[in-house]
Amino acid sequence: MTVQTTSAPIEKPPVTEVGAIGWLRANLFNSKSNSVLTIVCFAFIVYVIQAVVPWAFLNAVWTGTPKDCQAPGAGACWAVIGEKNRFTLFGRYTYDEQWRPALAIGLFLLLVGASCIRRLWGKALIWAWVGQVFMWAILMWGGVLGLTFVNHEQWGGLPLTLMMSVVAIVVAYPIGIVLALGRRSDMPAARGLCVAYIELIRGVPLISVLFMASVMIPLFFPEGVSVDKLLRAQIGFTLFLSAYLAEVVRAGLQAIPKGQYEAADALGLGYWAKMRLIVLPQALRLVIPPMVNSFISTFKDTSLVIIIGLVDLLNAGKIAVNDPPWRSFYVEMYIYIALIYFAFCFTMSKFSQRLERDLSKATSR
Amino acid sequence: MTDRRSGAQVAEKPKTAFWNDRDVRAVLFQILIVLGVLAAGWYLVHNTLTNLESRKIATGFSFMEREAGFSIGESLVPYSAADTYARAIWAGIINTLVISVIGIFLATILGTVVGIARLSTNWLVARIASIYVEVLRNTPLLLQLFFWYALVSEALPGVREAIRIIPDYVFLSQKGLRIPHIVANDIHGWMFALFLGGFAATLFWRRAAAKHQEATGKLRPLFWPTVGFLFGPAALVWLFAGAPLELIKPVLRGFDFQGGGTFSPEMIALLVGLVTYTSTFIAENVRAGILSVSKGQWEAARALGLPNNRSLRLIILPQALRVIIPPMTSQYLNLTKNSSLAVAIGYPDLVSILNTTINQTGQGIEGVALIMAAYLTVSLSISGFMNWYNKRIALVER
Repeated sequence: MTVQTTSAPIEKPPVTEVGAIGWLRANLFNSKSNSVLTIVCFAFIVYVIQAVVPWAFLNAVWTGTPKDCQAPGAGACWAVIGEKNRFTLFGRYTYDEQWRPALAIGLFLLLVGASCIRRLWGKALIWAWVGQVFMWAILMWGGVLGLTFVNHEQWGGLPLTLMMSVVAIVVAYPIGIVLALGRRSDMPAARGLCVAYIELIRGVPLISVLFMASVMIPLFFPEGVSVDKLLRAQIGFTLFLSAYLAEVVRAGLQAIPKGQYEAADALGLGYWAKMRLIVLPQALRLVIPPMVNSFISTFKDTSLVIIIGLVDLLNAGKIAVNDPPWRSFYVEMYIYIALIYFAFCFTMSKFSQRLERDLSKATSR
Repeated sequence: MTDRRSGAQVAEKPKTAFWNDRDVRAVLFQILIVLGVLAAGWYLVHNTLTNLESRKIATGFSFMEREAGFSIGESLVPYSAADTYARAIWAGIINTLVISVIGIFLATILGTVVGIARLSTNWLVARIASIYVEVLRNTPLLLQLFFWYALVSEALPGVREAIRIIPDYVFLSQKGLRIPHIVANDIHGWMFALFLGGFAATLFWRRAAAKHQEATGKLRPLFWPTVGFLFGPAALVWLFAGAPLELIKPVLRGFDFQGGGTFSPEMIALLVGLVTYTSTFIAENVRAGILSVSKGQWEAARALGLPNNRSLRLIILPQALRVIIPPMTSQYLNLTKNSSLAVAIGYPDLVSILNTTINQTGQGIEGVALIMAAYLTVSLSISGFMNWYNKRIALVER
């Protein structure tokens, strides 16, 4: 009996299994039906490209007048965006002062960027956000430091959209936590009230809450107290979001093992100390990803203020293309606005997915 | 965590003062909350009543009996401008329900297809599906509705150049989708009755097949008998009666089509927008549901000798559905609630009609209350039904 002491020479894998060909075989042509699907999809992509590229790029009019856009053979009229960009982004804000909302948006984006870096999470960041609020008030209203006063009825466009979402989130967050705690509490009266509120708001569309805010709030206050449209919409959003955040927080509270509550009781902590020191820090960290999803919804939902006549980003764009000479170029305008919304929402959702991975890494060891 | 003292300790003097006792505190706290809410409520109601009085607005629902005076673009219930507000609102409720039911049906199918496509081993299919999902769920629904509405009402050809989807029968133009009407025939009633009878027969056959399998271990065919029972007798009767089918075709006369049924541009835009938007969320639920069933389940089903379709139906789907159903419920509710955005593109749903009513009568409080009551009823019934269904399929733990 002979024993083979040398191993057989290692052969290279066949050319058809590695590299580009191997990838194609593994991912696009791994079975008969998949090959057919690939060919169908490819035909679809080619069809879309040959329909869209000439319109959007090759024949597009990048600058010029409505006349240029209406010339025969002209494709997309991106000139409308150059012409109407300022109005779309800033609404009816005093034209010469529009650098102020632009600067405010820049500051906001900078701080949001900083907030995405987890190394910077801490007290300083919270103070930076507080400072940001004051900066926004000064920049948007003016009236101090030599800035001319701009009434908030003139606010519009992207700053209005951002501001309404951020204020709704900041104010609704603590309300949502209190509602969630109330819903989980042992006290029947508190629990009943919280359940009724949450289910009522979650059972009706946002439009009806906005209607309610705009129709009923003026009636709620004694004669002489007037609440303007912006504040009314803001109250509506906050009421709506707080009910949804309450459910998100409740999911987190339910996920905390009973042992944590009992351990806190054993230490002799009172209810509020138990929640503040033991339960909420764990629960809130658990629900960061669904919370970001709520924020994304809120950001998209602010577009509904068009119903009660505020000029947010979407409405500003819509008003801009109502200008008769530019009237037929609404598609280009909608695409531009969609891109702005997409940039914000997509970044937030990718961030939330990354955060979810990071957070689960920390607990799944 | 109430502390109940045992009999021996009752005689002892409590160590804490009564205002530090947990039970007493809980009661006091709740009384305070209720009083606070009542006081705030009373304040708001009082102000509202004073304001209404000074503005001379009458409260109550008596306006519902008055003549509405506005017309509705499309309605399933017969309605004219001379009818009452109550009837207009009823037409709006029906329109909302129609949109929601059709939307839920289509979004479920589309969402399931896209969700499965995202899991496809085919790289291109998975990529296209994920681009579809990311683009649609990261832009506001309202913007998408405006986009579709503009596309339907302006980019589609005029009536004369209408796209002939099925020549002579189905036309698509700026004025919407025109389809033929079926003229009712006595035979159709009989066919429907036979269809219902077939449904009962199917249930009976399935139960008998299950008993047969339990007794002998042999499988009986299910699919073709089901099809046969449901449609066979009705089709036979139809053929014997001489295949009566009379269609009213839409015919171009003057500036518009005459005859046949219509889906208005508003309805098409609203449906396309709602269905595509909601389908992305449903797709994500379906994907998560399928991913939650482990591969071992497929292998175990195959090891038991179950054919592919039965292992999907009996082993995989019941487990995946347990994950899919609860979030699906909230997507159905969202679609129903989002249908209220119809007001922005002029489809006469409940919110849009009540909005007109509020503007004409000034009965804001009643209008908002009606919207909320209607949606609450729909929401609670959908979630009630889905909870019942969810319980039926839930895991029974010992």
